Amino acid sequence: MTPPAATPIVRATAIHKHFGALHVLKGVDLEVAERELVFVIGPSGSGKSTLLRCLNRLEEPSSGSVVVDGIDLLDPRTDINHARQRIGMVFQSFNLYPHMTALGNVTLALRKVAGRGRAEADAIGQAALARVGLADRAGHMPAQLSGGQQQRVAIARAIALEPRVMLFDEPTSALDPELVGSVLQVMRELRESGMTMVVVSHEMGFARAAADRVLFMDEGMIVEAGPPAQIFAAPAQERTRAFISQIKHH
Amino acid sequence: MIETFLNAAILKAAWPILLAGLGNTLALSLLVVPLGLAGGVVLALLSTVRVQWVRWPLMAWVDFFRAFPPLVLLIFLYAGLPFAGLEMGGFGCVAVAFFLNTGAYYGEVLRAGIESVPAGQIEAARSTGLSRLQALAHVVLPQAVRNVMPDLLSNTLEVVKLTSLASVVALPELLFQARQAQSLTYNPTPIVAAAVIYFLLLWPVVRLLSRLENRALAGRR
Repeated sequence: MTPPAATPIVRATAIHKHFGALHVLKGVDLEVAERELVFVIGPSGSGKSTLLRCLNRLEEPSSGSVVVDGIDLLDPRTDINHARQRIGMVFQSFNLYPHMTALGNVTLALRKVAGRGRAEADAIGQAALARVGLADRAGHMPAQLSGGQQQRVAIARAIALEPRVMLFDEPTSALDPELVGSVLQVMRELRESGMTMVVVSHEMGFARAAADRVLFMDEGMIVEAGPPAQIFAAPAQERTRAFISQIKHH
Repeated sequence: MIETFLNAAILKAAWPILLAGLGNTLALSLLVVPLGLAGGVVLALLSTVRVQWVRWPLMAWVDFFRAFPPLVLLIFLYAGLPFAGLEMGGFGCVAVAFFLNTGAYYGEVLRAGIESVPAGQIEAARSTGLSRLQALAHVVLPQAVRNVMPDLLSNTLEVVKLTSLASVVALPELLFQARQAQSLTYNPTPIVAAAVIYFLLLWPVVRLLSRLENRALAGRR
């Protein structure tokens, strides 16, 4: 596995998040090195998705700092729309635009944010769809695609902008079991191409094979972190052990 | 009876007047529908702003113009405002009144449409760097319009019917012209003819509307 580089590409420090009276994140620190794949696991409500969404400011942290690729995301002078082009995100429910073709989904931000002309955007979009194995589906509407194909289009939509880091929020949780493999395959290829990735997921097999580091979160804190072999086979914390044995028996 | 209500000679004589009225009704509709829609889009977009000092005035505005009878609004603009030194003429009054009234209605329809689009759509768009306004314009609004198309059409139907209100400020639209012809000929045939023209004009929209509604129902099953 690639040893983490010296300067982290994501550095989140002392992140707190309150939703009203609810204290969802209680001072989380997270550093992700270039080309690293960090896996985040934890029970539902542990704050793992909220943490991920703080990393591109879809969720506004109540306090703390988030620096991605040298850009301070919480600085009011930061152009967040510009910064977000460097941070790709993939959602549990795909969130493809249902009124646009697969290619239209991929090229919208290329044209409206990255300022590419239509022909250029189409070429980049086609290449991105080819990378996820869907070159022949460019003209299809999302409703004509399977869940696995929709999620791969969503990945293509993110990577077309050439992000420095990709965030995955339970990318396979909404998929039928037989469609999970194709999405994980694309993520594996992405990882092999050197993409920095933060993945919230329960796909333990994928984590074992591809993750550099696994974080276990519970009650808004990172309880334990380490290489997958250690976290899955010999966790140091009792809470981690209990959670791992639970998801193993699923 | 037929001599009174469907007099061929009178219809023939009144026809050019009625046609001119129909032309004006169509022109008026082509002005006030886009005007109301534009106002509605602005109100609907403003309704997505979560800031209190935008929300409260917006709600008050929409409530006021939905509750205010459009005929009273029109007469106030036409006959009341000149006392304040503001004269807009019949045409200007109609344009402003419809902008205010139908804009509020279109705004409510579009707001419902925007709220029917899942939040994940805007999040996906924002995550790729689109601004809030870009996400609304390219991702949310097209879906919102599609979701409330039957309501938009039905509202448009109402607006076209409401253009007959312009007759009270002496704008020579279809109803006004029919009344002119009626008083000139002292016969109700022009009014009957106007009614038939309104029906023929709007009936296809009504048919289209019920087809859309049936399709929407079928799609929900």
